[in-house]
Amino acid sequence: MLGFIGRRLIIAIPTIVLISIFVFALQKLLPGDPVLAMAGEERDPEVLEFLREKYRLNDPIPQQYLHWMGGVMQGDLGVSLRTRQPVLELIAEKLPVTIQLAVMAMTIALMIGIPAGILSAVHKGGWIDWLANLFALSGLSVPNFWLGIMLILLVSVKLGWLPASGYQPLATDPLRSIQTMLMPAFVLGTGLAATLMRHTRSAMLGVLRADFIRTARAKGLRERTVILKHALRNALVPIVTISALLFGELLAGAVLTEQIFTIPGFGKMIVDAVFNRDYAVVQGVVLCTAVAFIAMNLAADAAYRWLNPRMREQG
Amino acid sequence: MTDLKRMTLALALAASASFAHAADLRIGLQEDPDVLDPDQSRTFVGRIVYASLCDKLVDITPGLEIIPQLATGWSWSEDGKTLTMQLREGVTFHDGTPFDAEAVKANIDRSQNLPESRRKSEVKSITGVEVTGPHEVQFSLADPDATLLAQFADRAGMMVSPTAAAAAGADFGLNPVCSGPFKFVERIQQDRIVLEKFADYWNADAISFDRVVFLPIPDTTVRLANLRAGDLDMLERLAATDVASAKGDASLQVEEAVSLGYQGITVNVANGERANNPLGQDARVRQALSLAIDRNVINQVVFEGAFAPGNQPFPPTSPWYDTRFPVPERDVEKAKALLKEAGFDRLEIEVQVANNPVQMQLMQVVQAMAAEAGFDIKLTAKEFATLLKDQTAGDYQASQVGWSGRVDPDGNIHQFQTCNGGINDSKYCDPEVDRLLNAARVSNDTAERKASYDAARAILAEAMPIIYLYHQTWIWALSDKLDGFVPYPDGMIRLEGVSFK
Repeated sequence: MLGFIGRRLIIAIPTIVLISIFVFALQKLLPGDPVLAMAGEERDPEVLEFLREKYRLNDPIPQQYLHWMGGVMQGDLGVSLRTRQPVLELIAEKLPVTIQLAVMAMTIALMIGIPAGILSAVHKGGWIDWLANLFALSGLSVPNFWLGIMLILLVSVKLGWLPASGYQPLATDPLRSIQTMLMPAFVLGTGLAATLMRHTRSAMLGVLRADFIRTARAKGLRERTVILKHALRNALVPIVTISALLFGELLAGAVLTEQIFTIPGFGKMIVDAVFNRDYAVVQGVVLCTAVAFIAMNLAADAAYRWLNPRMREQG
Repeated sequence: MTDLKRMTLALALAASASFAHAADLRIGLQEDPDVLDPDQSRTFVGRIVYASLCDKLVDITPGLEIIPQLATGWSWSEDGKTLTMQLREGVTFHDGTPFDAEAVKANIDRSQNLPESRRKSEVKSITGVEVTGPHEVQFSLADPDATLLAQFADRAGMMVSPTAAAAAGADFGLNPVCSGPFKFVERIQQDRIVLEKFADYWNADAISFDRVVFLPIPDTTVRLANLRAGDLDMLERLAATDVASAKGDASLQVEEAVSLGYQGITVNVANGERANNPLGQDARVRQALSLAIDRNVINQVVFEGAFAPGNQPFPPTSPWYDTRFPVPERDVEKAKALLKEAGFDRLEIEVQVANNPVQMQLMQVVQAMAAEAGFDIKLTAKEFATLLKDQTAGDYQASQVGWSGRVDPDGNIHQFQTCNGGINDSKYCDPEVDRLLNAARVSNDTAERKASYDAARAILAEAMPIIYLYHQTWIWALSDKLDGFVPYPDGMIRLEGVSFK
């Protein structure tokens, strides 16, 4: 197992380097001048030139990349062009927010998606299946921003149950923190739950037709045991893959949801950074997200091996 | 008391402690400010934060008169080249450094010489600062500069602690130290900026909040929902389309002030190759386009009547507006005639516009109106940074942009319409306009200045390198619990005298 993880980590390095080159190059292709975006209404040519020099925007692009990568190797991701805050500090500030939102949204998604998928597979064609499908369809088709605004209007403005938006760190005030995250996590979670439900249902349907399930039933096992212990565990592999990918996406930040609920996570930061041509921030966040995504994939692969002993023998 | 009761009480106490303190003021901003260093920052919302954080040498009244703040009085020499200011005594910065003439000198030096300073052009006229007493300072100027006091009423006049600025250098914005009514506590980007009351503030009696929290909430609907839910006490820039519903809500108050800025269409008349088209080359074509537009209809359709139609660089509410030339009526026949005179029955033009829904809607209304006069407008929506770059580079025919506005009229016109103006993206150039606008700059006589601006305006209304369309109105929505808020045309939120009822 350790050898497997080690090999995967080594493969990850060139992937990350490639991603960083790609992001760096892509950003330079963006029209618009970061210094002009920074200067705004005050456009003193002398100051603009000073800023260009200072942030090495006059250097050839490969040289800019090497300089940045050199910093990254030493743990220095640069400074935000807009606020002068170190990018590493910004990431450290936003990462807990994004992780909290991702974990809460994923928890809601798993709590709804998997049971709904199992139920609709077991009662295929029945009213539960129909209801779960209806839910899944609406979860997939209702846009997040609409659901978000409707929830704010209903839950915060009309009923006054939860704060409309904002964020409180978990450490300073856990109750309020969970309260402020509940609606955005719900909005994100229900969307993901729909995807999870569909995958759980089809995986379960496949397994439930298998011979060993018939055998298990023939042995006289309780239906509950057959479904949860025999069928579900075998159906879990694709569900784990999907969950890990969805979670990885959540770590990249949920742009619209964060914007509506004013959650200061990765999504909001990267959108603001792109609009302000804040190169250092975009690069830093994308690099960080790429690492997180690769880590999630690795975790998923490790999970298969744990779930499915037959995969352990393969390299 | 049973254990259960005791626990319930403890929980209730804990819960109430977690909610905002009664004397906390929460203000919703439309965007997250940039760096919090008055010498480096450039955003409008940043200035709103400074209004609570950093005092200036002088301030303005809602009627745009200059009044004392950190300077208690001032006088100009006969030749207009020396400004002597008396400074307020007993003022300290948030870090305890005393505010005195030396501090003013250090601040002007920083605005002029910090390499990252964005204030250089605003204090360019100052050639020397002399400390003539512990609380008196003298500014020497190369030429008279009528705009200087107005610059001192904005970021160039904000005094930062010289001790803190020397220690932090260009990183001052991470932990700003000024002398305003509130001091900096913390900032979490895209989330909040927290300030707390400065006990030693010179005008502390006028301040009734313990803390001010600025919360950037970009979505206007969500910002209003937060105010309605009680998670905000006030917000800036309520959407024009939400004014009616906010006014109908008994728990809210709405305050308005016409801004100092303008929105219009800047035409490329001499900025490179792309100026070579009928719109750029023939003033009659530009006049025709202007005549084809009904500015009142724009205001009613796009802004629900909340903004102010305009035809000059200054809003009709400004003392600098030339009242002899009010906003013109739409005249399609005259527009057609002018276009015909220029040699066209129909003319295709391209206008670039920022890709946000409001500006797009504005230009679609203009497009429809201009079509009736013979213009086929092709709209090119661009993301703002790109639009700005293309405009500076001259890669455009016409561009829908605006200006946030300055207290002194010079700031709305000089840099746009003089030959070497820093933001003259149309590259319009007329020596006579230069002469008039330069003359207005060096005179301290208001009537004389007004005459110069009126004369320049008359030339510009013919040449029309910028077709002015409207002036935004700042709209604030406040909880009905707040009392004493005064709207200012600069869009700032001044908290002196504001309190909870």
